[in-house]
Amino acid sequence: MASTEADVFDRLGRGFRALGAWIDDRFPMTKLIKEHATEYYASKNFNVWYGFGIIATFVLVLQLVTGIFLTMNYKPSADDAFASVEYIMRDVDWGWLIRYLHSTGASAFFIVVYLHMFRGLLYGSYKKPRELVWIIGMFIYLCLMAEAFFGYLLPWGNMSYWGAQVIVSLFGAVPFIGNDLAEWIRGDFYISDITLNRFFAFHVIAVPLMLVLLVVVHIMALHEVGSNNPDGIEIKEHKGPNGKPIDGVAFHPYHTSKDLVIVIVFLILFSAVVFFAPDMGGYFLEHANFEPANPLQTPEHIAPVWYFTPFYAMLRAVPNKLLGVFLMGAGVLLPFFLPWLDRCRVKSIRYRSWIYKLALGLFAVSFIALGYLGLQFPSDPVVFFCRVFTTLYFAFFLLMPFYTRIEKTKPVPTRVTP
Amino acid sequence: MAENESTGFTRRHFLTVATLVTGGAGAIATAVPFVSSFKPSARAQALGAPVEVDVSKLESGALLKVEWRGRPIYILNRTEEMLGTLGKDVALLKDPASEKSVQPSYATNEHRSIRPAFLVLEGVCTHLGCAPMPRFEVAAADLGAEWPGGFYCPCHGSKFDLAGRVFDGVPAPTNLTVPPYRYVNDNTILIGSDTGNS
Repeated sequence: MASTEADVFDRLGRGFRALGAWIDDRFPMTKLIKEHATEYYASKNFNVWYGFGIIATFVLVLQLVTGIFLTMNYKPSADDAFASVEYIMRDVDWGWLIRYLHSTGASAFFIVVYLHMFRGLLYGSYKKPRELVWIIGMFIYLCLMAEAFFGYLLPWGNMSYWGAQVIVSLFGAVPFIGNDLAEWIRGDFYISDITLNRFFAFHVIAVPLMLVLLVVVHIMALHEVGSNNPDGIEIKEHKGPNGKPIDGVAFHPYHTSKDLVIVIVFLILFSAVVFFAPDMGGYFLEHANFEPANPLQTPEHIAPVWYFTPFYAMLRAVPNKLLGVFLMGAGVLLPFFLPWLDRCRVKSIRYRSWIYKLALGLFAVSFIALGYLGLQFPSDPVVFFCRVFTTLYFAFFLLMPFYTRIEKTKPVPTRVTP
Repeated sequence: MAENESTGFTRRHFLTVATLVTGGAGAIATAVPFVSSFKPSARAQALGAPVEVDVSKLESGALLKVEWRGRPIYILNRTEEMLGTLGKDVALLKDPASEKSVQPSYATNEHRSIRPAFLVLEGVCTHLGCAPMPRFEVAAADLGAEWPGGFYCPCHGSKFDLAGRVFDGVPAPTNLTVPPYRYVNDNTILIGSDTGNS
């Protein structure tokens, strides 16, 4: 009997099934796929704000891949670093593209992560039972800042150099041990070849390892408690006869196919920057960084890259160095406590009062304004507005236990709304 | 009866505690080489050795920048007029007598130097380590009518006078630091040490 085409595929299918069973006896492959994709149920009413997590994951992979390829041609030494970056830009085939993907990816990462965090503020994603998801996320954000800071020194341009100089000397403000601490971080009496070499080690291995590990833990914690949704209600509380949440759809194939569209839209915008404005008018790649590092020549105006400027503006709001550094650190760390600062039981902004809407609006405006002010020359009006918006930023967090307690909330539906 | 009552502390407990303590001490001891490897290496320290500077050709009113430990060192040969401003701007300063600032004892005076004319300073802003720019023109348009000439930090707007003393109301907390230095002979300054050699 000649076998038909269907028989051939049938036999192939049996082979795959046998291979799967063989693996499943030794590694929980099918179990993991079910738990995290095909039987992970997330709300069916996600809006665009829920796309930034997947984009952030995508950018992380992009940074890892482009980073590995940059490492193959980059030389982490004070004598060679600047020239090796120029070499990548001019002589390596497609080197310019790999570098621009990486440098634009850094800014894109922060844009996406800031929006991802703002989504959390909108819909109360940090609230019980997702406190740990939020806190792990904050650790990811800290790692990301460290990663960006270490990476920014590597091109060894003059802004790289002086930016690192300013940030490392922040540690010098610590009472008693400050100078020794700054010397210990630099491994020298100034930012030198030694500093560059160790920042390279942090940037390419130590911090990325932590980052990837934290992202895995972040997703594991999320999948344990389940994703929040724009209504801020727990879909697990309404299960169908099959034991699955009625308002949820499986992550794969439903959310993944929608996420594919989101990633494509992101890539269109991202490519536009990479190909047409890789330096983004000096915001993504600062102009002073096209000159090699020079310890004897400060750039006319030192400003960190845009994603650090909100906190940099807080530093400049205070004429006292130690207090400025303390305020900046507090500004970064305060969001950690959000799950306990917010006393309102309602999660989503849809059902919260005007008080929170106003507070969140002022907070968003303050953050953006501080980001803008941190880039400006510190004239008197700039410092004045730095103070105003720094006060508003801190008020959002520190007054939160009070204004969230007196909120008059709207009734929360039991099932998600379209 | 109470004397015979068991404390519950057994050989197993003792061994557990002893193992944890020994292991913990080992872990801490192992951390020492890793933490210490972060300190400036022998080579970094050797490269940070003092430098000699010939000032015989430095004209009156001129500024010389040299490098020591990767830091810009400013040597300014001050004119009589420049020295004259030091007594007049005291009201504008945060620390006119250099009480809260870092300088060797031989530079804790009004002109903050060994010889009045030659000012030796680290060109590192005491706020966040930028290099202040020389702005010697009196009453410069952007710095105000009271500006006596001095150094201006472009990063955050800190102002220092012609002895490196910080102005009031700017972010820098203290006067510019005077490094340790000494005159090897009439024309040569050794920067980085007030006792040793280069």
